[in-house]
Amino acid sequence: MARIIGGVATSHVPAIGAAIDLGKTDEDYWKPLFDGYIPSKKWMADTEPDVVILVYNDHATAFSLELIPTFAIGVASEFPPADEGWGPRKVPVVKGHPDLAWHLSESLILDEFDMTVVNEMPVDHGLTVPLSLMCGEPDEWPCPVIPLAVNVIQYPPPTGNRCFELGRAIRRAVESFDRDLKVVVFGTGGMSHQLHGERAGLINKEFDRQFLDDLTADPERLKQLPHIEYVREAGSEGIEMVMWLIMRGALSDDAKEVYRFYHVPASNTAVGNIILEN
Amino acid sequence: MASEKTEFEDIPGTYLFNSDRSKAGYHLNMFCMSLLKPENRDAFRADEEAYLDRFPMTWEQRHMVLDRDWLGMIKTGGNIYYTAKLGATDGKSFQYIAGKMSGVSEKDYADMMINGGRSIENNRSKSDAEQKG
Repeated sequence: MARIIGGVATSHVPAIGAAIDLGKTDEDYWKPLFDGYIPSKKWMADTEPDVVILVYNDHATAFSLELIPTFAIGVASEFPPADEGWGPRKVPVVKGHPDLAWHLSESLILDEFDMTVVNEMPVDHGLTVPLSLMCGEPDEWPCPVIPLAVNVIQYPPPTGNRCFELGRAIRRAVESFDRDLKVVVFGTGGMSHQLHGERAGLINKEFDRQFLDDLTADPERLKQLPHIEYVREAGSEGIEMVMWLIMRGALSDDAKEVYRFYHVPASNTAVGNIILEN
Repeated sequence: MASEKTEFEDIPGTYLFNSDRSKAGYHLNMFCMSLLKPENRDAFRADEEAYLDRFPMTWEQRHMVLDRDWLGMIKTGGNIYYTAKLGATDGKSFQYIAGKMSGVSEKDYADMMINGGRSIENNRSKSDAEQKG
């Protein structure tokens, strides 16, 4: 039986990818951030998952206003890094896990989560930056990755409660897969940030710290947090944090926090990283 | 629904990308989306007016694009992840655009971020923001 052994939440700021790709990680601006991820990389290397289910959002790259899936799952054997206007990041092609991804799709849909199933999907910084942060700069990513894209750009995104319940359905689906696989679920995006309007640059450390605390202390509060609270308190783009609740729902109720890191800023954004184990 | 919308619109300096803005901004945003392709970036740079003829956006939006009125584009239905593609075509950073939208230089904006970002205090509602004055 496959099982979920851990969960990772991390920001996916594009400037972090650029800093890695341009060799700036030792610069004064970036070093504290990358130092904060050293224990995370070690955890990832020690944990050796067989598959990562990576929850992220596409930033008008593979999808546009032409078609807006609320939840989309990638079932292909490969996902190329996307050209986001500066040429694709020079990172390995992301290898999928079609057998588990199709099993997840079937199981989730029959469990009443109506997934959009995707075969052709370039993956942008939302997916590749978390891999770089957690796995460094290998020639190949250490394991297959199943992309799970969530709409958080066109209002409304799914509710926090719906995201949490999707996580629970993912757990049920993984546990009904008849192969012995260790699975880690990533929830990405956030933390507080606003990229547009006169209020651009908003950061709310207090909101972020409470959110990190409550991922283990009070997930019930986070499930019920309405969209207006994210937008008002954590900035319009801070609403990405609903994706962390998919990860949280996929872990057991008594999951333990094993690592946490928080840093301001990476470009426009507060960066958070937390690791939970079942 | 009406009261929820009022709540969002009461957040200062924030333009939630809801259905009204998505309807109004569709062609503006899809113009920006087209700039993901290198050949389209070249065509736009070669003749901005002619390239914009391909997209039936409003006259006002068209002029905001030509004038690089970053805040105006957002107010008339542009979404930041789309308008940022126009910024990238111009070789401008996200922080340059953020500075333009919030009325400060790129340097002042970057300094604000290094110093912890824009505070939430007096930024929760339009009445809060006015009190700050």
